Amino acid sequence: MTRSARRTRRLLRLAGAGAAAVLALTACSSSSDSSDAPDTGTPGSSGASASPKLSGTVTVFAAASLKESFTTLGKEFEHRHPGTKVSFNFSGSDTLAASITGGAPADVFAAASPRTMKTVTDAGDASGAPVTFVRNQLEIATRPGNPAKVSSLKDLTKSGLKVVLCDKTVPCGAAARKALDAAGIELTPVSYEQDVKSALNKVELDEADAAIVYKTDVKAAQGKVRGVEFPESAGAVNDYPIAALKNGRNTEAAQAFIALVRSADGQKVLGEAGFLKP
Amino acid sequence: MTSLDKPGAAAGPRPGRPRRRRAGAGGRRGVPLPLLLPGLLALAFLLLPLLALLLRAPWRALPRQLGSTEVWQALQLSLISATAATAVSLVLGVPLAWLLARTEFPGRGLVRALVTLPLVLPPVVGGVALLLALGRNGVVGQWLDAWFGITLPFTTTGVVIAEAFVAMPFLVISVEGTLRAADPRYEEAATTLGASRFTAFRRVTLPLIAPGIAAGAVLAWARALGEFGATITFAGNFPGRTQTMPLSVYLALQNDPEAAIALSLVLLTVSIAVLAALRDRWMTTP
Repeated sequence: MTRSARRTRRLLRLAGAGAAAVLALTACSSSSDSSDAPDTGTPGSSGASASPKLSGTVTVFAAASLKESFTTLGKEFEHRHPGTKVSFNFSGSDTLAASITGGAPADVFAAASPRTMKTVTDAGDASGAPVTFVRNQLEIATRPGNPAKVSSLKDLTKSGLKVVLCDKTVPCGAAARKALDAAGIELTPVSYEQDVKSALNKVELDEADAAIVYKTDVKAAQGKVRGVEFPESAGAVNDYPIAALKNGRNTEAAQAFIALVRSADGQKVLGEAGFLKP
Repeated sequence: MTSLDKPGAAAGPRPGRPRRRRAGAGGRRGVPLPLLLPGLLALAFLLLPLLALLLRAPWRALPRQLGSTEVWQALQLSLISATAATAVSLVLGVPLAWLLARTEFPGRGLVRALVTLPLVLPPVVGGVALLLALGRNGVVGQWLDAWFGITLPFTTTGVVIAEAFVAMPFLVISVEGTLRAADPRYEEAATTLGASRFTAFRRVTLPLIAPGIAAGAVLAWARALGEFGATITFAGNFPGRTQTMPLSVYLALQNDPEAAIALSLVLLTVSIAVLAALRDRWMTTP
């Protein structure tokens, strides 16, 4: 009995060691996936600093709020790597996540919330762990000149005021809900929009009096809406994660694009658009 | 013996009939392969997605999925708004169809082309156009707001308007086609007998083209029921007020695909019911 017990214990220990080894191996392979990938095309060069020869199209699925800054970065990328083309799909992060898990061919996914990124990593569609590259804070967008005189989150509940929010499945909607709940404010909007740009558009077109959007969206609207900051937004700041995708066809370019987004130059563009440092 | 002969005699012509049928089949054997194969492929292509929906349906979770109040809210709203949009289309569309079919006026061809425009226009574009026309700041909408305090976006009325905009052309085209096929001499006879043109329309034309109107109405209703782009653009998305079935399917797909499939099944069932209602007209077309 004792002998068999000892044997099982030894087996268990072996199994444990095996598991540890497997874990170590997978850790190795996953890290090599993410860091060595850019080098595979150029055996001569080593290290990420030497830019590998890139070509072809890199398809980037990015949250709607990243539209302006990523478009700029895409042009910069094409400029730095002649022969490449960056093709964007900007939409609600949840829509993008659903397309990616549905098999959409994309190389990079930049989401507006860890939750939408988790949908993709849980499905095993990301290669390597996602990293947070910026953060974004909410702001109230009103008509230019703020005719409705909105100065706080509480003001949005004024009767007769038409407010639009993002749908709760979209990161901006989830964040707005979080801020409202934390402040204990009951707000009934006229519509739950499918992404942040749709919410902003409703204010730009004067169909709604106010919307809760990101600071970056107010900035990108260039005066077509007026931003009103509210202190509760500090408790609902969104992390933006970025990751390369397994389904991608252009791994090297994907890594290079992520590197550009995370580089000082990339952060400068994003910072100018109103994003916060990670 | 005669009783035995009779079945034999009866069996006599029987092999003959299949022979004749086979002769018919021989004619069908002449179906050229370049037509047969793409035709079958088209059939498979149209049916496969629907089959997939049935195969992947979460049958066990279905009662729970369909039991939620949001689903019924969306279905109820969809049915009500599609019916209201069809009613609007009938009241306004049948007279328009009559004008197009029975009167001569300059630029009639152009008007007919414009009527069919919403058929080919992407619905989202239709929604944007509606916002610019009937929105709070729209060309007409600003006066509606200033004079009557009526704003249409984000309301159920807005949903009905968006759906009617997209669905009415189906009805107009269908009714106009029926009117052109109907013999105008009945109306002429009625007017010669002293009926006014409106009475002739009401008492003679309308009963004559009733099947065409019904078919057009069902078509418009089905289109309104499935309307997505114009609705979400013009009327927004709020559960119970403007969130119709297609909108809730789209939003459910983002975070709860099972719910989306369940909702899709409901819409599929409704669509099949519509087809069944139309079968006399479509399934028996020669």
